[in-house]
Amino acid sequence: MKLFRWLWFVATMGVLAEGFYVAMYVVPPDASQGNVQRIFYYHFASWCGMGLFFLINLICSITYLAVRNNKPALAMNADSLALASAEIGVVYCTIGLVTGSLWGRAVWGIWWTWDPRLTSTFVLWLIYIAYLLLRRLAAGPPMRTLAAVMAIFGYVDVPIVYMSTRWWRTQHPKPVFFGGPHSGIAASMMPAVWWNIAGWLMWGILIASLRYASAHRDQLAEERAAQQSLEVMP
Amino acid sequence: MSILRRRPYILAHLAKDLKIEWRSKDSANAMLFFALLVVAIFSLAFDPTNPYLHKFTGAILCVAIMFAAMSALNQVWARELNNQVLDAQRMTNASANDLFIGKVLANFILLTVVEIILAPLFVIFYNLNVIGQAWQLAIVIPLGTWALIVNGVFFAALSIRSRSREMLLPLILLPIFIPALLAMVMSTTAIITGASDPILWIKMLAVYDIIFTTVCLLLFDTVLHAEG
Repeated sequence: MKLFRWLWFVATMGVLAEGFYVAMYVVPPDASQGNVQRIFYYHFASWCGMGLFFLINLICSITYLAVRNNKPALAMNADSLALASAEIGVVYCTIGLVTGSLWGRAVWGIWWTWDPRLTSTFVLWLIYIAYLLLRRLAAGPPMRTLAAVMAIFGYVDVPIVYMSTRWWRTQHPKPVFFGGPHSGIAASMMPAVWWNIAGWLMWGILIASLRYASAHRDQLAEERAAQQSLEVMP
Repeated sequence: MSILRRRPYILAHLAKDLKIEWRSKDSANAMLFFALLVVAIFSLAFDPTNPYLHKFTGAILCVAIMFAAMSALNQVWARELNNQVLDAQRMTNASANDLFIGKVLANFILLTVVEIILAPLFVIFYNLNVIGQAWQLAIVIPLGTWALIVNGVFFAALSIRSRSREMLLPLILLPIFIPALLAMVMSTTAIITGASDPILWIKMLAVYDIIFTTVCLLLFDTVLHAEG
């Protein structure tokens, strides 16, 4: 397992280096925005990562609630993975907000605007920070059930937040991908998009697997401590 | 015969909560005074003679209601923790949702009473002059109150087992409540200023209520019996 992680780490670094090289030197600058547009490759890759890891968090939370009484071992694994994926998702969300803010400053001339996508992403970030806070402040085994419930609430809230803020006001450009017949970016830029998505997802999976392993070890240690306190001392 | 004569569990919970509140009047007094303080503080923070303030009175009203509800929601389950009442309720054959709905209805009635007392004071302090259709406020405010109470009672039950639960409740409730607050503020502002049509926001608030009431009812049993 350790060897596999090291190999994965080396491959991730390689793909990220290649992604950086392609994004910075190979693909042409944007027709209207120039070199500033190259931040898009990092901005978009972090949203892909965020979408993936928050979805994993939801699936793990539902799995935990479904199997917690019949298959405790599987439930524990699901809970550790839910924690790891929520944390990595928040990291991606933060990177996306920061790169978006930098890009907005260069192109729109402002750091931040209360536009639907920005607002709903910010609220999403707040919801998952609240989820992580709940995990820290609630105690013992009930915490896992409560956190799983909170994760489902958070995920249900996201589309509602998005719709409500869309009626409120709009500034962010229309979706770049899958947004209609004339959406999408020039074919010459696609290599940079693919390399960076692949590289950053590999990086996220690596960090999530490390975090998952440590969270799982914490749970096992907690269980052992609970067992020991039940046993009669000689 | 006995089944027909038995009072439904929801009504038993509702009557119990209202009776306790009627005898002590703790939450109602605290909520009312707190909402009054928020109204006073906002009118000091914003200049009340400013003609543009008219645009923000709806927002101030909603935020005052929200803070008042928050101060009471922290105590919603505290009563049940004394003498292990909550453990006893877990063991009764009434379903968890009966307890939940009873609790929500009791607090909804309470907050509505506070709002009815607060409304004339609010009109006086802010020289409120509703330009749009005032009767629509009678739809918006109860819908917003329901959204606040249904989520608030649920998250209060969720945070009951944590350390520092008074601190945790607003932290987890407010992010979830944001879209409802937005809809509530937008529709009250639209009604007070008469500048736009609030129907879209009222529909959105109704949809929010339906979705979150359903999710709360589906998950409350899990939260109440979250022992592992």
